[in-house]
Amino acid sequence: MKSKVLLTILTIAASFFAVYVVYAQEGRPGYPTDDQVNAVAKKLYCPVCPNTPLDVCETKACQDWRAQIRDQLTKGWSEEQIIAYFVDQYGQRVLGEPQRRGFTSMVWVLPLISTILGLVVVWQVLRSWKSGKKSQTGIATAAPQVPVDIQALVEKELREID
Amino acid sequence: MVADVGLVALVIAFFFSVYAVLASIYGGLKGRSAWVESARNASLIVFPLLSISVLAVVYSLYVLDLSQAYVYDVASHAMSTFLRVTALWGGQQGSVLFWAWIMSGFVLLVLIRKWEQDRELMPYVIAVAMLTTAFFVGVVVFITNPFARLWYVQGATDLTPAIFQPANAMPYIPEEGQGLNPLLRHFGMIGHPPTTYIGFTGFVIPYAFAIAALITGKSRDDDWIRTTRRWTLVAWIFLTIGLVLGGRWAYDVLGWGGFWGWDPVENAMFMPWLTGTAFLHSVMMTEKRGMLKQWNMILIILTYALTIFGTFITRTGVISSVHAFAKSALGPAFFAFIGITFLGSMSLLFYRWNSLKAEHQLESFVSREVAFVLQNMIFLAIAFAVFWGTVFPLISELVTGNKITVDPPYFKKVTGPLFFSLVLLMGIAPLSSWRKQSLRNFGRAMLVPFLGSLGITAVWGYLHRMHPASIAGLWLVSFVLLAILAEFWKGIQARRHGRGENPLVAFGKLISRNHRRYGGYIIHLGVVMLALGIIGDTYFKQETQGTLTAGQSLSVAGYSLRFEGLKSYPGTDGREIIEADTTLLKNGNTIRPMQPRRDFFIVQEQPVTVPAVYATAGTDVYILLLDWQDDGRSATFKIYINSLINWVWGGGLMMILGTLIAAWPPRGGKKETTYQLRPQVFGPQPSAGD
Repeated sequence: MKSKVLLTILTIAASFFAVYVVYAQEGRPGYPTDDQVNAVAKKLYCPVCPNTPLDVCETKACQDWRAQIRDQLTKGWSEEQIIAYFVDQYGQRVLGEPQRRGFTSMVWVLPLISTILGLVVVWQVLRSWKSGKKSQTGIATAAPQVPVDIQALVEKELREID
Repeated sequence: MVADVGLVALVIAFFFSVYAVLASIYGGLKGRSAWVESARNASLIVFPLLSISVLAVVYSLYVLDLSQAYVYDVASHAMSTFLRVTALWGGQQGSVLFWAWIMSGFVLLVLIRKWEQDRELMPYVIAVAMLTTAFFVGVVVFITNPFARLWYVQGATDLTPAIFQPANAMPYIPEEGQGLNPLLRHFGMIGHPPTTYIGFTGFVIPYAFAIAALITGKSRDDDWIRTTRRWTLVAWIFLTIGLVLGGRWAYDVLGWGGFWGWDPVENAMFMPWLTGTAFLHSVMMTEKRGMLKQWNMILIILTYALTIFGTFITRTGVISSVHAFAKSALGPAFFAFIGITFLGSMSLLFYRWNSLKAEHQLESFVSREVAFVLQNMIFLAIAFAVFWGTVFPLISELVTGNKITVDPPYFKKVTGPLFFSLVLLMGIAPLSSWRKQSLRNFGRAMLVPFLGSLGITAVWGYLHRMHPASIAGLWLVSFVLLAILAEFWKGIQARRHGRGENPLVAFGKLISRNHRRYGGYIIHLGVVMLALGIIGDTYFKQETQGTLTAGQSLSVAGYSLRFEGLKSYPGTDGREIIEADTTLLKNGNTIRPMQPRRDFFIVQEQPVTVPAVYATAGTDVYILLLDWQDDGRSATFKIYINSLINWVWGGGLMMILGTLIAAWPPRGGKKETTYQLRPQVFGPQPSAGD
């Protein structure tokens, strides 16, 4: 009986201690919170599981990497330093955005060029459609054998439908 | 035994498919209708044959015949009967068979419904649709066969799946299967593959008609568009449902609080959706104005290529690594098929290019035509950006040897402005008219929605002034919303004054009398809701993470989460559940208890995080149990405040509802009466075959 009471007291004491430790850690200046760690991890991508930001990845490797970020933050590293360290260690693929230099810049440039090109083509096509109007009207006036009044009626109904 | 029947049926189906392709082409080219009819009969028999194969796989899964390699891969004793049956599409072999089966079902439907109507096109419709079917059935027979058995080869460490007994091998029957990937055991992932495949295969039908029209030279008149309009809408609706289900699955299962990760597999499905949506719009322009005929062809050819490409990416994993390509014959087979069909279709299109010139000229730059053309171009630009970002890691690896990944930030930055323009056009286009319009009229139509949206944005911007970046998005949403509502308002007013109907009746009749147009607007309203959800996800999302002991709380955005304790118990489907008891409070008032959990699937040794979600119209409080310490005396939680996320799901449902309205058959069983009043009737009549 006595040992049970003792155990209970010890357990309660231990849990108080745990709370104290958590508080102490969070309160201590310079000790990064989970949110601070995640803020940096969010900008990195898991090197082993593609398309997963490091802050949400659940693999053991990513947990270790987050712990590493925490250590680096504790040491006073800046966000840029940490990101540079990870790129150095694991290559460019830890970055969510491909860098805008060298061959990788192609990934950014090509969609832009294609959009501009698309706009130019659209403009050209629209202009050619517009300028070809004369010949079209020439044929159009020759073609219909529908009486004018019926045509007007249909046109009117068309407008109502639209 | 049952599996053998399935295998035999599969092989016969393959021969019939190949025969149908050859016989229909021969019959079509030589004008021999007996051959075409024979091809039709061969095509009709493929669906029942493949049904036997599918049933054989389902039966093997149901009785858990572990001598079958596929059953061993995707099923286990712990899985419920329902899950075992759905495992038909849980792995590669089954899902490719499933694809082929749905495809053959579409062919059957087309042949039953359209045979009499489009006799001239039919030989080539059969040829194209059955070529696609034959390719998939061939892949199932020769490369990824669901009827392979497990064999133990002497001296080997792994089991060998094979149809026929390899040398020095004996049959092997494991005691337990590996079971379906736990992440896939969710209603979203159970419904996602069938709907996606129906969407993918559905687009083969308009493609087949388009190619048939090109071959026969009947592409000049646009019958193929009218014939396939509803088929296209059905394909589109299923693809949309597939996207929504996939997003919901990601949100519920992947445990990162989001619904769209720009993953190659998601992009693979999104690209045909984009080009398919562009196609749905461009054919409208052809129906109304006889324009964009060449463009329709390009879009449907692209959509077809992208659906096959989508299946290819999903099924081979080639994007994650170049090496996946060489692992099986699947990669090269798909690659060759896409290449050949794409180049063949494009050559055919260029051959008929001149016959597809526009029937009408553009009358004004201020017209709906211009909005349509721009909108189509933007759709394609987005599809290209997504495609480029998806394949770029491969290109980078091949060219420079440098492995990179292209992740959400890239896609958001590149497609964001394009989506903005697209939604803006969606608001402007209905306010413009076909053919021509004075700038003054156009400005007048824009005035009320524009001023209204400025007012809403001012109020909204003031309330959310800490997120200035969101204001442009909020303006866009309110402008487009008002523009669409104005269209409804105008329609209702016209009916009220013209026929004296009360507003409710007028509203109902407006939609039922003109369901294509107003169904379209309802789809657009769905897009606006979706855009609002995406704005919430982009700008208003908040999160926090912390470790709590019993009684402690974690707070974010006025909500706080109090940890009460941790418990564990065995669950269904072979899992052990660790569940946290927590209480959610808002501003100090208890809302309700929440149980975020972690399920450990014992056989697969895989944990799955199951979030606890408190959903309101405006916000989801999304709670994850990340970890626990000291025998459960403390635990780590992550809370996401997902603002406006439910508008994403609501928007998806609205889009589906709108499509149903737009695709609804016209009254009285008369078919496609709306097409009688085409403006180009008054233009020069194209002669067939010119």
